[in-house]
Order: sequence, then C-alpha cells, then structure tokens
Amino acid sequence: MNACVSFEGIGKSFVPGQLVLDDVNLSLPAGATTAIVGESGSGKTTLLQLVNAVVRPDQGTIRVFGEPIPEDLVKFRRRIGYSVQGAGLFPHMTNRDNVVLLARLEGWASADIEGRYASLLEQMGLPEDVSDRYPGELSGGQQQRVGLCRSLMLKPRLLLLDEPFSTVDPITRVGVYESFQNVQRHEGVSTVLVTHDMREAVKLASTLVIVNQGRVVQAGPTADVLAKPDGDYVAALLRGQLE
Amino acid sequence: MRWVLAVASLFWALAVHGTEPIRVASKNFNESYLLAEIIAQLLEDRGYPVERRFGLGGTLICFEALVTGEIDLYVEYTGTLGQAILGVPEVMGRGALNELIADRGIELLEPFGFNNTYAMVTPRALAQSLNLTSVGDLAAHGDLNVVVSHEFLERDDGWRGLARTYDLQADAVGIEHGLAYQAVADGGIDVTDAYSTDGELRRYDLVVLRDDLGYFPQYLAAPLVRSALADDVKTAIEGLADLIDDTRMQSLNAEVVFNGRTFAEVANEFLVDWGLAQRRDTSNGLWRSLAVNTTQHLKLTGIALLGAILVGVGLSLAVFRMPALSKGVTYFCGLLQTIPSIALLALMIPLFGIGPLPAIIALFLYSLLPILRNALTALTTLDPTLTRVALAMGLTEWEQLRFVYVPLSLPSIFAGIRTAAVISIGTATLAAFIGAGGLGDPIVTGLALNDVGLILQGAVPAALLAVATELLFEALERWLLPGHLRRG
Repeated sequence: MNACVSFEGIGKSFVPGQLVLDDVNLSLPAGATTAIVGESGSGKTTLLQLVNAVVRPDQGTIRVFGEPIPEDLVKFRRRIGYSVQGAGLFPHMTNRDNVVLLARLEGWASADIEGRYASLLEQMGLPEDVSDRYPGELSGGQQQRVGLCRSLMLKPRLLLLDEPFSTVDPITRVGVYESFQNVQRHEGVSTVLVTHDMREAVKLASTLVIVNQGRVVQAGPTADVLAKPDGDYVAALLRGQLE
Repeated sequence: MRWVLAVASLFWALAVHGTEPIRVASKNFNESYLLAEIIAQLLEDRGYPVERRFGLGGTLICFEALVTGEIDLYVEYTGTLGQAILGVPEVMGRGALNELIADRGIELLEPFGFNNTYAMVTPRALAQSLNLTSVGDLAAHGDLNVVVSHEFLERDDGWRGLARTYDLQADAVGIEHGLAYQAVADGGIDVTDAYSTDGELRRYDLVVLRDDLGYFPQYLAAPLVRSALADDVKTAIEGLADLIDDTRMQSLNAEVVFNGRTFAEVANEFLVDWGLAQRRDTSNGLWRSLAVNTTQHLKLTGIALLGAILVGVGLSLAVFRMPALSKGVTYFCGLLQTIPSIALLALMIPLFGIGPLPAIIALFLYSLLPILRNALTALTTLDPTLTRVALAMGLTEWEQLRFVYVPLSLPSIFAGIRTAAVISIGTATLAAFIGAGGLGDPIVTGLALNDVGLILQGAVPAALLAVATELLFEALERWLLPGHLRRG
C-alpha cells in the first residue's frame, strides 16, 4: 500500500506528564480519504496538525509520501491543503483574494490563477458573484466551500480537513459533501479528515481511524470497522452515532 | 512614500540653518524677556540674523545651554552667576567672574547699569515725611510697620541679617509677596522688601531705600555670551552698557506688566529713543507669530509622532511573538509615561541640550506607549484560528505579518496613533520651557507676565489643533479601514 501519511511511534504532550498522543503507529492510504474519528480531547486534531508541522512530535517520525518532514516548512506546507472548522477565511480579504493568495505568492501567471479559480468555483458549486464579496457576507456553507477552494488552489496532493463541515447545518452539509467528493474524484487528492461525526466519516472515508485518549483503538477499511468493531469503545461509538 | 518624503524634508529643515543666526535666549520672567528682545532687535538692526529662544525654564537651563553652545547669549545677573551657578560665597565683580568662567568658553559683557537686587521700599509720601532715604534711616523709627515676604523673613541673608547690619529694632512679620505691593500702596504696610527693578515700584510710587552698607549682594544684569561670538557682535551688544539704570528698568518693566504692551514694542521704543535702532512695525505680530508657533508645534509633534509610529509599530512587530519581551517593553514604555512631562523635558537637557531636538525626543518617548500597547494588544489577541491557518497554509513569517497580522490589527494600531497624536499636541506646549518654540511659547510668556490674553494665544490654537487632529484621524481611519469593516 502506498501511504500518504505515516506515523511511526509518535508521542506528544503539551503539559509534562499528560500524553496527548501515546505511541501512535499508523499508515494512511494515498489517493483515498481517511477519517480520524474521536471525541473532543481524543488527540485527533493534534494528529492532523502533526502532518503539516503546526505541531511537532516529542517522539517518533512522520512521513508524508514516504519523506520525513523537511527543513523548509513553507514550501512543504504549500503542498498540503488545509481547511478548518468555520473555514478560517481572512475576513479583510475578498473571497477571491482568500482563494488565490497562495497562487499569487507562488508567482502563478494570472491566466492560470483565473482558470484554476473559475474551475474550483464551479466544482464547489459557488456562484461567480461571491468573488468580490467578503467572507462575512456569505452563509456558513458558502464560507466552507470557499475555504475548501482555498485549500485546493495549489493542487495539493494531500488535503488536511479539521472538522470542516461541523458548523454547516445538516441540510446544507449534504450539498457541501457532494461538491467536495466531486472535486476529490476529479483531482485524486489524498485526504485526511478529522471529525467527531461517525456518520460523516462513514459517508466520506474509505479508511477509518478511531482514536481515544491519545491512542489508536482501531484502524482499517471502513467496511471492516463497521463489520468488526474492535472492543466496546468502538462498538459503542458506532452504535451511538449510526443508529 | 509621501510620508517618508515629509519626514526627510522636516529633518532637513531642522538640520540646515542657512546663515548661522545669533541665538538669543531669555529666562521665563518679564525683565529677562525684555532685555533679550532689546538685544535681539539691536542685532537685527545691525543686520545680523537672530533666532529667539525666549522663556527657557530657569537659570540652570540657560547656563547649560550657553556652555554647551545651544544658545549664544542670554542676560544673567552677577549675583546669580556667582552664587547660584558658580557657588562662590562672596560677591564678585565682573572681572573676577570672567576669570572664573573663561575656561568654559563664556564671558560676561558690560552690565546694563541697573542692579536688580533685594531692596527695602516704602511709599514716597512716607519717605518724604519721615525723611527716609537709606535703610539706616529705619533704625530711628522702630515703630514702623515692617512686613516682608515669607522667604525674606526666613532667609539668613534676608531680614535678620539686615536688621543686625543696620541695628534695626522693628519686628518684621511675613506676607505673601504678591500681596505686599498692594498693602504698601493701601497704607497697611510701611516698609517691605522688593526687587529693585520691579515695575510695581513705579506703579505704586514706592522709593527704594539706599543700601549704604552694601548688605544686599549686587545683581547687575549683563549679557552672558559665548566667547566664540564674533567681536563685532559683542561690541554691538556692549553699545547697551550703562544705558539702563534702576528707574529706567522699572519703567520698562511697568510698560509691559501694567500697560499691556508687547516686549517688541517696548524694546523698539527704547532703542529708538537712544538712537540705537530704526523704528519697526511691531503691531501686527499676532498672526505671524501664530503661524510661526503653529508650524513649529506641528513640526515638533509631527516628527515625534512619525518616529513613534515607526519605532512603536516596528518594535511591537518584532517582539509580539515573545510574551516575556512584549511585557518588558510595555512596562518600560509605561514607566516613561509616569515621568511628569516637564521632568522628562528637563531630563533631556543634559543629554540633548535645549531646543527642538530634546523636545522631539521627549514627545517621541511619550507617544511610544499608546502606539506600542495598542499594537501589541491587537497583534496578540487575533483569532487563533486565523493565525493557525496563516501558518499552516504555508505563509512565511513576513507574509503572515503582511497579509494577516498587520491588516487585522490596523484599526487598533490606528487608534493608538490617534491617542498619541492628541497627547503629543497637548504635551508639546511644555516644550517652550526648553526653547523648542511652538504654541507653548505664548503660554510660557503669558504665565511669566500673568497675561491671560497671551496664554490664550497659545492655549486656544493648541486646543483647536487637538480637535482638528481628532477629526483628521477619524477621516483617515475610515479611509484606511479594511474593506469588510467599512462595508459592514
């Protein structure tokens, strides 16, 4: 199996003596979507932020497409899309500027920027007239779509999503899922999704990683996890959220 | 860019003086202003360019400024020079004083003629009826009502020494100096102490009793100048030697204090009377001086503010990611703020002399805190999601500042600048005490003369300037506000 991200013996604590992650060993498949599922405080967001080096591990190695995290973090991070809960759009920039900022900084030709921008907008199901408006003038669902456009702008091979759909209302969410899956199919980007919502995980991901109190309690293809939950915790989690 | 040019040109204007003017200074009391103005007009009439640095806050400021070459001359008194400045106990003449100060590169020119010392005074009518002409004559009249200022009563070289020297029997009591003249004129007091050239002596028709035994030290007024001053300039100034006796100085002072005339008018009239200068138009000085003072005021606050913006914003950008250092810097700037402004200005003198430079530096230090604190607060309290996204998406440190931190902090930074600007405009009025000019000039002079009109000439424009600054910044703020806030 080709791995997009692998964690090897990862340990991390923010407060001495309190491990947020304890000896995590994982390999996430490339070209697919993996959902890291857990309750708040389980360590799932820390796991995600280790991938783009926003958080550094105390022990262990992280490899992205087989390579350890390099010295030049700016260049490294620009190859990884990142989208968060509430979209995290810069409120003082128009939606267009939010999306194309990195491409401009990378020195893309303006025709390329426009082409890529227009295609993302279309794939994400956003109307053209959001471009010159500010994020605060959009609905939560639209903001989230703009946020996804921003994270995809530089055509990353890897996309990290930190609960990006959780602030969107359930009905709108279905539409955003579809748009997202549409882009993902089209671009073949490897995705790591962090969520507390098992239903969302099952819908979007082919691989599930269940974390609890800093430890991986089960990891494997979604169908396998659903068929054979490993232990009471996973079973309870599946039961509680899927029924 | 335009701002940068503006700063550059202001510094240029400060640095370049053209032909070196003669910098004439004065202390902040009536007689000192008047004599300085007389010298200034005399030199101007001879064709020398003159720069007036009037109203410096006290003897030591003037002296230090002269020794360090910040000014070229001011009028000093022999007694003050000997005792207060040089610390020599005995009374010395001009020659002896000049020997003491020669190695400091300064010299005392020929005195004007009058002696502004302590004096015992009495109403003319009383003096005539009791035939009083000297202090000694008081000995025979132990029943006279002697009331002197509190300071004179307490000082060892005041009343007690005088009574011992002249064997006076009268029991003196103390009174507030400002009230003594009126009380003498009303007949409530027979004898009091005074300064021998006060204009009040003319106004209330008081006579000075001669100090035959030379009890009071001599305070002969004379120009104290830098020795390096050109000989022809010194000669021109010495044209004033021995022209002003006690009575003349009294009436010159009275012209300003009681008849409400300007220093320029009185000085010009004096010079014309003695054929030393042409008559000049001294009437329409108001608008011109208003323009000069306002321009200078804006220059002082503008340069200080620009410096504080550059340093304050720059410093906060440099330290905001380091909480301990940010705290340290904020405390330090807060400490500066606790120094009373007049004390901060005084502290600048040994370091930077007098004039605009130390004033600008003091104003700069004052402006720093509001700008720095607002900037630091804004930069450290941005939405953590946004700052994490900025980092995680791969912006460099500089790009994070440029695209996220600075634009989002701008409204708060701007509010700090606005506060600093208004504080500066108010504080800059104190800069006149160290010879920096500005709208504080008429205020300081007005305080010295107890002239409310003159005080308002500085206070009103300064207040208007502060209001105008508020309005200007409000407009600028709206213009600079990030788009999403403007539209919202």
